[in-house]
Amino acid sequence: MAYRAQQITLWGVSGYGAAAFLVALSLGTLLVVARASAGGAGLGSADFAALRFTLLQALVSACLSVALAVPVARALARRNFKGRTWLITLLGAPFILPVIVAVLGLLTVYGRAGWLSDAFVWAGLERMNIYGFSGVVLAHVFFNLPLATRLFLQGWQAIPSEHFRLAAGLGMSSRDITRHLEYPMLRGILPGTFATIFLICITSFAVALTLGGGPRATTIELAIYQAFRFDFDLAKAAVLALLQFAICAAAAIFAWRLSRPATFGSGFDAPPQRWDCTGISTRLADILLLTLATLFLAAPLVVILFKGLSGLSELPVPVFQAAIRSILVALCSACITLGLALALAQTIARGARFGGFLEASGYLSLAASPMVIGSGLFIAVFPFIDPALIALPITALVNAALSLPFALRALIPVVRKAEQDFGQLADTLNMQGWQRFRLMTWPRIRPAAGFAAGLAAALSMGDLGVVALFADPDAATLPLMLYRLMGSYQMEAANGAALLLVALSLLLFWVFDRGGRMNAAS
Amino acid sequence: MKTPLLAAGLALVLASTASAQEKPILNVYTYDSFVADWGPGPAVEKAFETICACDLQFTAAGDGAALLARVQLEGARTKADIVLGLDTNLTAKAAATGLFAPHGRWMDENNLPIQWDDTHFLPYDWGYFAFVYDTTKLSRVPYNFELLASAPDSFKIIVQDPRSSTPGLGLLMWVKAAYGDRAPEIWAGLAPHILTVTKGWSEAYGMFLEGEADMVLSYTTSPTYHQIAEQDNTKAAAIFEEGHYLQIEVAGKLAASDQPELADRFLEFMLSESFQSIIPTTNWMYPAVLPKAGLPEGFNPPIAPSKALLMSPSDALAIRDTALDEWLTALSK
Repeated sequence: MAYRAQQITLWGVSGYGAAAFLVALSLGTLLVVARASAGGAGLGSADFAALRFTLLQALVSACLSVALAVPVARALARRNFKGRTWLITLLGAPFILPVIVAVLGLLTVYGRAGWLSDAFVWAGLERMNIYGFSGVVLAHVFFNLPLATRLFLQGWQAIPSEHFRLAAGLGMSSRDITRHLEYPMLRGILPGTFATIFLICITSFAVALTLGGGPRATTIELAIYQAFRFDFDLAKAAVLALLQFAICAAAAIFAWRLSRPATFGSGFDAPPQRWDCTGISTRLADILLLTLATLFLAAPLVVILFKGLSGLSELPVPVFQAAIRSILVALCSACITLGLALALAQTIARGARFGGFLEASGYLSLAASPMVIGSGLFIAVFPFIDPALIALPITALVNAALSLPFALRALIPVVRKAEQDFGQLADTLNMQGWQRFRLMTWPRIRPAAGFAAGLAAALSMGDLGVVALFADPDAATLPLMLYRLMGSYQMEAANGAALLLVALSLLLFWVFDRGGRMNAAS
Repeated sequence: MKTPLLAAGLALVLASTASAQEKPILNVYTYDSFVADWGPGPAVEKAFETICACDLQFTAAGDGAALLARVQLEGARTKADIVLGLDTNLTAKAAATGLFAPHGRWMDENNLPIQWDDTHFLPYDWGYFAFVYDTTKLSRVPYNFELLASAPDSFKIIVQDPRSSTPGLGLLMWVKAAYGDRAPEIWAGLAPHILTVTKGWSEAYGMFLEGEADMVLSYTTSPTYHQIAEQDNTKAAAIFEEGHYLQIEVAGKLAASDQPELADRFLEFMLSESFQSIIPTTNWMYPAVLPKAGLPEGFNPPIAPSKALLMSPSDALAIRDTALDEWLTALSK
């Protein structure tokens, strides 16, 4: 693609602008925190124990999530059944749940007093005890299996249906199709997906602590939190955050080295008919797999639904005001994410210089410590403006940066494919800028863009972490309100607020995702 | 046509902000649950504003420890006039920052189980840490730490992490105050019974209500909440022979306050009848100065003051890191 002359336009440089913003937000805030600190800091043996635990749990969680997601995504890709789209939407839910809600939901099913334990006791067995390493992994798989499944599913959908038809014409077996079509696709998507989940698990804190059963399950993020709150040692917080960055950078490089983007050429984008897997045994296997995955993911959600129903009627008015505020923040956040992601993806897909750097910048926010971003922004902003005044805009902005990695995962492949398939045609027609985007790119990427925006909106609804420092008591968001209810013994109302939060997040996700796919080319 | 209308509108807006600016603003930083609609915040704001001819504005930041970190982050440039919501485990550290001014008053009449002589901070409420259990599920309730340690392994408690939670730090101090150098031994005995350690009180209490554990670290006043607000008599606090560690919540005036007199008036108001009578059923703690009518109906009286354990703020600060190390060592095995 090097022969194609690059025109320097606003479109061409927008990706660099987006990258600069992300670097400032993640590495800049780290610098601000380091500068505000008084002196040097050494790491103790406890910090290295935290490092070890962080790496191990993230590795196992990411391996399991990915290993389970591949067959689930494959079953979803090759089966067509009633409620399939609903199931796919539902798959988005665990990922966006606020930690406290998800943990309590998980415990109602898998906890010591949970349904499974009750069943075990009924069967004459011991109660389950998930606290420890297994609990951490269980929760992380619960959160990330759906995300991985969605990303793989998109990979499957990117294989043109003509290929499957051709494969069927050649009399290929399931195994041959796996080798010639599915494996190359996975080769392109799997390393990045693995790295993404690995990074999410690295920065986990409350989940790891609560289900890990105690200080054995200390992650680096908790150590950062401790440095801030307990010791008020900003230098140590900065050093730990840097360590976290280093691990994440290593993971990202590893993924990038392994990843081989699959090239399938273009097709007419009709949904594939799979002749290779009509056999009764593969069918049964797929049904069983999908049922198990649905049970695993949906059971805690059902708990949240039933517990929340009775609390819904008791919700005080401020909770609804908070809900409206959260929806507005989520919508802004989704727009910003989409804008940044498109700018980056376009620039990267057109083979711009420093493409690797641009792509890496999009993942920086995954590696950043939420605590450090929040504090760094606070230190930077505080001398100039009352933090409470800009609480909501900052929330929208930071949430957008945090959802960007997922948006990029979804968008870069499709934008790249649009460029590959139609870029030369557009060049010969001298289509540039807005025209090129509107006529060539947008129609091809709409489903992915809808998914990305939906995910960003939903994530923004549920997120609380970074901006706690900025919170304005009179303009609380829904997750903050939920924590306040719980903090004041109002568990019933908190359950209602949790249901409201999940319902609104899913609704937002559904609207965007649906909007993207409706009348779309593919 | 449009311009005069716009101008009039602008004038109106300017006029309203101007009149708001005439009132002095008192900025109070506090923890999150204080300003919640069902917390003391709204009633306190209303009551103070009727007497102060000022505008009381709350800023909320997590919990006590987060509050102190926030003020440290802001330093001398903070707009806070009052910080309300630290406890005696934090006051020595807070005073050492030099950001707080002495209050210059005596606490003669108070409802605290101890003598109050802190020069920088004044108490507004207090309570005892305790393990809370469900009376319908637990028949043999441990009445000291050693009995708890010798309970069968299936007996589980949930505690909070001292690094991220105020009650968690309180338990650390409780064991240290009761057992001193024997604290590591007690923690080693407790370790098998600790189902898990949570980031904050809400997670732990929520898990306890779900039935995950037999007891949870909370306050002696927690059962009172269930009795008064939910007519639920099934929760009780296990009373320990060693005594119970006190949490005294305090407020202090910032040295850099631009409203020092107003801040003094607020501290005075904080110890007055109208503030103190709001506390019991909104913050679910004992008032620092008992209102004339006493505690609200149904509010359990506190345990005998002879059972109160408390480290002096300087001891609490000095011993904190050792106590944390002992805790980490015992629980990491």
